[in-house]
Amino acid sequence: MKFYRSHIILGMDTPSLLAGAKGVRDTLEKQLKEKNIVNEIRIVETGSLGYNGVSMIIYPEGIIYTGIKPEDIKELVEEHLIKGRPVKRLMAIESSQKDICAGKQEKLLDGQVRIVLKNAGSIDPENIIEYIAKDGYMALGKVLNENTPKEVIDIVKNSELKGRGGAAFPTGKKWEFTYNTESSQKYVICNADEGEPGTFKDRLIMEGDPHAVIEAMAICAYAIGANKGYIYVRGEYKLSIDRIKKAIKDAEEHNFLGENIFDSDFSFNIEVCLGGGAYVCGEETALIESIEGKRGEPRLKPPYPPVCGLFGKPTIVNNVETLANIPQIILNGSDWFKKLGVKGSAGTKVFTILGDINEKGLIEVPMGISLKEVFENIAKGTRSGKKVKFAHIGGSSGNIVPFNNFDIKLDLNTLASSDLTHGSGVILFVSEDIHINDYLKSVAKFFKHESCGKCTPCREGTFRIYQFMEKLNKKEGKKSDISKMKDLCKVMKNASFCGLGQAAVNPFLDAMTHFEKEMMEGVKEGKK
Amino acid sequence: MKNINITIDGKEYQVPENYTILEACKQAGIEIPVLCYHPDLRPEGSCRLCVVEIEGMRTFQPSCAYPVNEGMKVKTNTKEVRDARKMALELILSRHPQDCLVCERNNSCELQKLAAEFNMTDIYFSNELPAFKTEDESGVIVREHQKCINCGRCVRACQEVQSVNALEFFNRGYEKLVLPTGNKKLHETTCTYCGQCITVCPTGALHERDETDMVWNWIEDPNIHVVVQTAPAIRVSIGEEMGMEPGYLSTEKLVGSLRKLGFDKVFDTDFAADLTIIEEGHELLHRLKNNGTLPMITSCSPGWIKFMETFYSDLIPNVSSCKSPQQMFGALAKTYYVEKAQIDASKVKVVSIMPCTAKKYECNRPEMKDSGYQDVDVVLTTRELAKMIKIAGINFAEIKGEKYDAPLGISTGAAAIFGASGGVMEAALRTVYEVVTNTELENIDLKMVRGMEGVKEATVAVGNLDVKVAITNGLSNARKILDKIRAGEADYHFIEIMCCPGGCIGGGGQPRPTSPDKRKARMDAIYCEDCNMELRKSHKNPAIDTLYKEFLKEPLGEKSHHLLHTKYTKRDSNV
Repeated sequence: MKFYRSHIILGMDTPSLLAGAKGVRDTLEKQLKEKNIVNEIRIVETGSLGYNGVSMIIYPEGIIYTGIKPEDIKELVEEHLIKGRPVKRLMAIESSQKDICAGKQEKLLDGQVRIVLKNAGSIDPENIIEYIAKDGYMALGKVLNENTPKEVIDIVKNSELKGRGGAAFPTGKKWEFTYNTESSQKYVICNADEGEPGTFKDRLIMEGDPHAVIEAMAICAYAIGANKGYIYVRGEYKLSIDRIKKAIKDAEEHNFLGENIFDSDFSFNIEVCLGGGAYVCGEETALIESIEGKRGEPRLKPPYPPVCGLFGKPTIVNNVETLANIPQIILNGSDWFKKLGVKGSAGTKVFTILGDINEKGLIEVPMGISLKEVFENIAKGTRSGKKVKFAHIGGSSGNIVPFNNFDIKLDLNTLASSDLTHGSGVILFVSEDIHINDYLKSVAKFFKHESCGKCTPCREGTFRIYQFMEKLNKKEGKKSDISKMKDLCKVMKNASFCGLGQAAVNPFLDAMTHFEKEMMEGVKEGKK
Repeated sequence: MKNINITIDGKEYQVPENYTILEACKQAGIEIPVLCYHPDLRPEGSCRLCVVEIEGMRTFQPSCAYPVNEGMKVKTNTKEVRDARKMALELILSRHPQDCLVCERNNSCELQKLAAEFNMTDIYFSNELPAFKTEDESGVIVREHQKCINCGRCVRACQEVQSVNALEFFNRGYEKLVLPTGNKKLHETTCTYCGQCITVCPTGALHERDETDMVWNWIEDPNIHVVVQTAPAIRVSIGEEMGMEPGYLSTEKLVGSLRKLGFDKVFDTDFAADLTIIEEGHELLHRLKNNGTLPMITSCSPGWIKFMETFYSDLIPNVSSCKSPQQMFGALAKTYYVEKAQIDASKVKVVSIMPCTAKKYECNRPEMKDSGYQDVDVVLTTRELAKMIKIAGINFAEIKGEKYDAPLGISTGAAAIFGASGGVMEAALRTVYEVVTNTELENIDLKMVRGMEGVKEATVAVGNLDVKVAITNGLSNARKILDKIRAGEADYHFIEIMCCPGGCIGGGGQPRPTSPDKRKARMDAIYCEDCNMELRKSHKNPAIDTLYKEFLKEPLGEKSHHLLHTKYTKRDSNV
């Protein structure tokens, strides 16, 4: 094996490309050639590193540079790579340096723990050998050699892992439904149709550690008795798609996929399906309809997919992040996983934090961390220096938590008791200069656009909420608009067909509770 | 079926375990409002008007689709449930025109009825209508986009009942709408004009093109001799459209009304149905004797014919060359009848009263001009005729019954049953049996071919030959048999295919709303009519005898071929 004295991990995902990552890479290659150190330094292109602009990590030091422009490269090469002096002005702030450097599953200073993101950014995602070197496919080999399918399900059940896609359904229980359903054909689907605005955790996992997803799907398939899997990836995730496809091919070549895996009787193949960009296709039955080639709309339940799903066969649909936990649970045991979180809320959670904060990006934290800790210790407060007004947690359909309530712990139980959820794991911090009506109008516009139109409350309700917000925004609202909107939201929550319409009203209901006075500013004087 | 225990609104009930909550509530005497639900279609649960609260569930569930289970506790009448239903209806109404007074469905609209039941006195939201214009280029089916409420019944009827897929949903969210497949015009799609979309539509968004004005004008014109024919299924459904109970048999009231409307002659398609049996029966015997293409398939149903030309054109040789009874009638009215009555054929208009919208399309097919004129000038549906009767101030319940005019109004019970699935088969067997064996058929009621089932099969001994027959209704059921023929797995001799559920009694021009119970009542009435008839075999119809003697000479003869038989056209299914 060839020896390199330094590895440069360069984020080459779509936003990085838009920020000029290609120019940075070309300049870097040119510089390395000019200085005649091409044989000493290896450039590894990876997915998103979770920072703004073009970013890279240089190993072995593990120093993160962000916001790099091609004109910075000369300095970087001369100073860091030749003279060994890190370029301070380009470095990400200290705390984020540490978590990447550690790269291990231990508590970090700012409270992060990396299980799901263990490999992302630290291995070459296009090189299966690097994944294997990090214990990759060991969990699959372990279950095939040591465990019956029932035992695998018990391990997952005991770990108390819950779905990370938003609904937080116990994963092991879900698998058990399918395990218990007799059928000659079953399916595993990885839900990688990450459609929540601002979220990119699944993308980062697929771009940075695609084999973890594949290995987990194979473990699930073995446990439930499936031989065919689909990864339904959001069509815009070009790099994820390429990485996943390459990873599938490499896994097939190493017999981690295909016939008689690890010389066992177990055979499993994976196909990649591209999503067309409809938000509703993240709902598992709409996703199934989409794979079947139909209009992406949710199905009636029951029957539920674990019993009757894709093409009428028992089907497990798991989110990318959920799956990425599986190999670690198998290798380290259920108890290890449970200890990482708090009671009833095992493991870690990946959040995308953004908005008016100093440190944006992906974080992985143990369940039970408080919103305040995330805001103060990880996000490092507002970038603008203004007071934070609220956090919108869980994505567009998540909850609006005003600053006064930032003490809330971000574990499933606590959230559920306040009728909140993790959703897709976005936390958007909004500072006080944003008017609530402005903010809500943009949320309303999203749902008006993304409602599939199947059921009346969501189809018409999302349209009417947008109308109301438009009026309030122009200060042309009526007092009665707000009370009608409240009634409408309650009905949508109770009576919409699927989670989209049921949850779309969350930010509005929250805003009407916490910011009603401010919303009233949109009422035209004298209008009842 | 095992029963389970369920609590509805605090009271315990026992219901079959395969019931939905809606069915359980119905049994308990609780009426739940529905809109997207239709008894002929797979439940969709999308309108949310039928939502109920189930103990232990976070959100409300659609009772039309949700199965009951042991110990389930359901609440149908809480404030939150009522609020949800009313809000759903208000949202729908706010996207629907509010000019009910001038709507085709005024007083028969399911949405209007719900608005009344919900006491909807005010709609908070602004009235927002889609910009699309009314589309009636097909000449048969009119689509008023603005009245569509996205319930999807039409889409499901076209897909599930008929497997034609001429309608589909477009766009997302509040812009979602139903359009002909591929965003084409309806006549550019695979549409068979069966009108099942119309029969399930709860509002005025879908209806047939109203052609009553034309008929009124002809009736008014003293220089035009207007002849009317009534299809077998009209006499068991016009009463229903006039406010009587489903299955009300009103043959003579129908004739009386038509005469009162001012038609010059009131004839009966049943006469031509008897003729069809003679021609088609001989065609079958001819094929059997001469190693012709088998199985032979009936050709009375124009929706089925267009479907066959589109999706199964390879089976054209199997389809009987006989025109439908309506078209046989038209061709004879403008030749045989005018000759007999000494009227100038150019002054004659033939009006058909049909349970069918596809008949409107059929009479305009370019080949249907064998009399030298358009054989049938216009087709009115059961519903259109009812409009004429109402506007003319005829008290249908009180009107005195009258008899059809001779000779084209003379018919048998065999013709009457054409209106029900299995009827053509039964009528044909009654005749073929006696023609072949030359002995009288003892048990004339061939019950094995009757009934509502989508696919029926039977074997009937006719002399030395065991005749194997199949009968289907609804085009998705037809596919099952047609695919078997294609695969070479069918050894039938004769197949009856009717386009619509239950046959013509469930046609696209029939009273709305339709349901299996209503169709059953109409079907029962048809067989009652058959029983009441003095003559019940087509070959015993004396007027048909005379027709052959005076005019046609012999079945399958030269004149028959010219006037009573037709050809089919292969059509593109990839439109």
